[in-house]
Amino acid sequence: MGCSQGNQANVVNIWHWMTDRQEVFVELAEQYKEQTGIEVNFELYAPSDEYSKKIVAAAQARVLPDIYGILGEKKKRAAFINSGFVADLTESFNASEGAWEKSLFEKALNVNRFKEDNIYNVKPGIYGVPIDVTNIQMLYNKDLLTKAGIKGYPKTFAQFIKNISTLNRIGIEGLVSGWGETWMVDCFASNYAFNIMGEEKIMATYRGEVPYTDEDWIKVFNIFKVLRKNNALAKGIVAKGNKYAEQDFALGRAAFAFNGSWCVNVYNDMNQDLNYGVMLPPVINEERPMSIWGGAGSSFVVNGISENKQQAIDFLKWLTAKDQQAFLSKKTKNLPANRYALSAIPEILSQFASAMDETTHPSIWKYNENPLVSETFDKGIQSIIIGEKTPEEVAQAVQEVKVREIEKVKKRSMRQ
Amino acid sequence: MSINRYKITKTISSIFVHTFLMAVAMTCLFPFIWMFRSALMTNQTIFVDKGLIPSTIHFQNFYLAWTKGGFGMYFINSVVYTVCVVFGIVLISSLAAYAFSRLKFPGSNFLFYMFLAAMMIPLPGSFVPLYVLMNKLHLVNTRIGYILCMINVGLSLSIYIMKTFFDKMPSALEDAARIDGCSKLGIWLHVALPLARPAIAVVVIFNTLNVWNEYILAMLLLNDKSLMPLQRGLMVFQGTHSVDYPLLMAGLTITVAPVVLVYLFMQKHIIKGLTAGAVG
Amino acid sequence: MKNRVFDKFSFLEFKGVAENYLFILPAVVIFSIFYIYPFFEILNLSMHEWNGISLARDFIGLGNFKEIMQDKVWWSSIGHAGYITLIALTFQNMLAFALALSCDRDIRMRKFYRIVFYLPPVLSEVVVGLIWQWILNSGMQSGKPIGLLNYFLTKVHLNHLVHNWLSDPDTALTCIAVVHSWKGFGWGFIILLAGLQTIDRQLYEAAHVDGAGVFSTFKNITVPMMVPVFVMVMILTILGSMQVFVLVLSMVGQGLVYHTEVPVTRILASMTGMSRFGYACAQGIVFGLILMIGSFMLNKISKKAKQE
Repeated sequence: MGCSQGNQANVVNIWHWMTDRQEVFVELAEQYKEQTGIEVNFELYAPSDEYSKKIVAAAQARVLPDIYGILGEKKKRAAFINSGFVADLTESFNASEGAWEKSLFEKALNVNRFKEDNIYNVKPGIYGVPIDVTNIQMLYNKDLLTKAGIKGYPKTFAQFIKNISTLNRIGIEGLVSGWGETWMVDCFASNYAFNIMGEEKIMATYRGEVPYTDEDWIKVFNIFKVLRKNNALAKGIVAKGNKYAEQDFALGRAAFAFNGSWCVNVYNDMNQDLNYGVMLPPVINEERPMSIWGGAGSSFVVNGISENKQQAIDFLKWLTAKDQQAFLSKKTKNLPANRYALSAIPEILSQFASAMDETTHPSIWKYNENPLVSETFDKGIQSIIIGEKTPEEVAQAVQEVKVREIEKVKKRSMRQ
Repeated sequence: MSINRYKITKTISSIFVHTFLMAVAMTCLFPFIWMFRSALMTNQTIFVDKGLIPSTIHFQNFYLAWTKGGFGMYFINSVVYTVCVVFGIVLISSLAAYAFSRLKFPGSNFLFYMFLAAMMIPLPGSFVPLYVLMNKLHLVNTRIGYILCMINVGLSLSIYIMKTFFDKMPSALEDAARIDGCSKLGIWLHVALPLARPAIAVVVIFNTLNVWNEYILAMLLLNDKSLMPLQRGLMVFQGTHSVDYPLLMAGLTITVAPVVLVYLFMQKHIIKGLTAGAVG
Repeated sequence: MKNRVFDKFSFLEFKGVAENYLFILPAVVIFSIFYIYPFFEILNLSMHEWNGISLARDFIGLGNFKEIMQDKVWWSSIGHAGYITLIALTFQNMLAFALALSCDRDIRMRKFYRIVFYLPPVLSEVVVGLIWQWILNSGMQSGKPIGLLNYFLTKVHLNHLVHNWLSDPDTALTCIAVVHSWKGFGWGFIILLAGLQTIDRQLYEAAHVDGAGVFSTFKNITVPMMVPVFVMVMILTILGSMQVFVLVLSMVGQGLVYHTEVPVTRILASMTGMSRFGYACAQGIVFGLILMIGSFMLNKISKKAKQE
């Protein structure tokens, strides 16, 4: 059997972590072999943390496979690219008047794109191929809302809070989400930061020009205080992994959930009768549209030093073509990355898809926050939710870490 | 004290002891029963059905888990890995522990403490140098590479356990054997090892569970599906987002069975130490 | 006598010592390749700033270690692990010893007990997480608690004790410690039982003949004979409890603010979350030193206690 060290011609090796897609991948690989005679070998390594370790170790030993995926923030992708482990695909995307590029959703492609003057010093270009699209929104349980006599779903935050107290009165919990996972807290807060102050000011904060003690950031922190005071969050939310939160929503234990488009598949597995709809998080600032996180769900990159580079690219081109994308989307209930494959998807998924224009994502921002500051930020929000700290105290604490980290970077650049 | 009163106190104390033991036993059994009954359900009923006995029983979950998880091949791999690693560990660690406990040589203390220290210092980033090294030795993606690594993982702890038991054992029998002209290796094999049966049983039990449940090193060092251990099969049911709980539970029930069997077999040797000790 | 055959004796001695080394040779060889080499690499990495990927690594000397000294979250995580360890050392080990003593005696159904007590360690973390999440769940559905514990409390009219078990900083860590002890006592049980079984039965018989009571036999024979095993179980408990993390992840996710952080989750956060490989390696080494000092102190104390 082929492995990374072998340089057999006509074999493309792929490493990935997507447990739920292995079967479909293997099916597609068989189709591809029939059509082209080229063998594609999907090897699955899970859970994703262990997969990431394997990629890191294999990079150091220079034995990465022809195609693999990088999990993690933009900085990590940049490090892989700058070390020569990832091939620049810009030319292939641009070939024949950019046909490949045009067939994919721009938002999905942007996650893999490095622009001019990016802060990571990566040569501008496209370095990865998205295979699906995802975004994170709110969901509401239609039956529970009807039971409480609520028509439609809340569009503004004030309405949302009012609905919650109606629901609470008949013993139904409000919002559930996997806020034991810090990135989900981060995502929720980021949505409202965009709604309250807009991208410019957020980026200025990341650059260190606006402090977290600014009144707009206090407003963001304050949301969680309001949620707490109005008993809007499911009990124990800060210690819940998303899998448990998904269980709660699927079993009708809470009226609202904050979750990604993958949930369609998850809820369907657990409760086929769940009657729910998709909504944007209710706005606080009605003058600005709501921004949600979205973009490529998973992406593949091509090994920069692979001898099968061209064959690998050809396969990825085939994998993201319309028919294959429709097949993947249908089988795994994910949104396709190919815009022409968007036809035959379930109603609820197309509701998710329709919000793609509202999406943004940390990996397309010009600046990203230092991870230690983000951690303090997310954990600070958790401590507001459990009533341990006030928004002002958390803002102060985050700002302190921010100042310290800026100093550290300054010191380091002075030393060099 | 009348016999009657003696009997009564004994009965009362025995009731007390049994109540305590039973209570603890129930907490241990409950998760197993829960796992087994969950393996018979569907994803829709698993969290809704409150009763311990499911309303509809899906025995086919076991069959599905076995085929869908590709357990056949993984099972054989895991058996090979477990047998080789556990045998290797018992052999190597009992030799070393016997030397540390009974034989004198310069540096023995230092070396023993080195093994102890290894047990204590977690090396979080060691997967990078380990992988690079294994790659240089051409041991990546090989059974033997994985087996050697796993032997190393269990070695320190096993040496420590064995040495503690050797230290505790009377050396009279060994002295007698030495006077009879037995070689050191002969004493180790024919006198010390049989006496240390409970300790060996403990080492076997610990390491069997450890190797059987291992997947982190396997994911790192092995590339081909055909070399992967049993835990790789279980991964299939734990999707990146969705989890197929009934099949996962069925898979877990299947994978746990051999470990319990090994324990059933080995724990007799822990107890057999009783008769061996009595003879000595 | 010794002097006269000095030459021959020293050759024999040399041969004997060389023979002795052969016993430990396989262990040392495997250990050197798979442990010592990575260890020195890690030691080297701990003095670098490195993201785990780039070809360049910045040497920063003891910078990481200096930072660790001021890392409050890190030291509080050590404190949390210490708390879990303390509960495991007392509650878990006492339980294990009580059970081992019971099963060492000639009681009915001891075969059944011996098997059942080993079940929790065998259990997958997935099942443990699911079950305890179900028991400790603090949610409500149509006015009734979902969690088994809260449900039970309302049933026996102890409504004031109904609690957010896993999301309250006052109880979360204790819940984790109790579940950890429950999952871990089986290990101690087996070792202690094996230890009890290797005590020479003749000692008990002799004591019985001398007319010693149950308690004095226990105090004068069982306990002294078991001291080395106690020490071993305690050291293993310390190692196992200080390095706990899978259970924490399965019970409270990435954690309740910083209240449930333990050293290994911090190391993982540095390594994967923040891509600070060098820092993670330095944390690992500091952590290992703490464990080593703790274990050796325990060893010393027990040796002293034994002499007295």
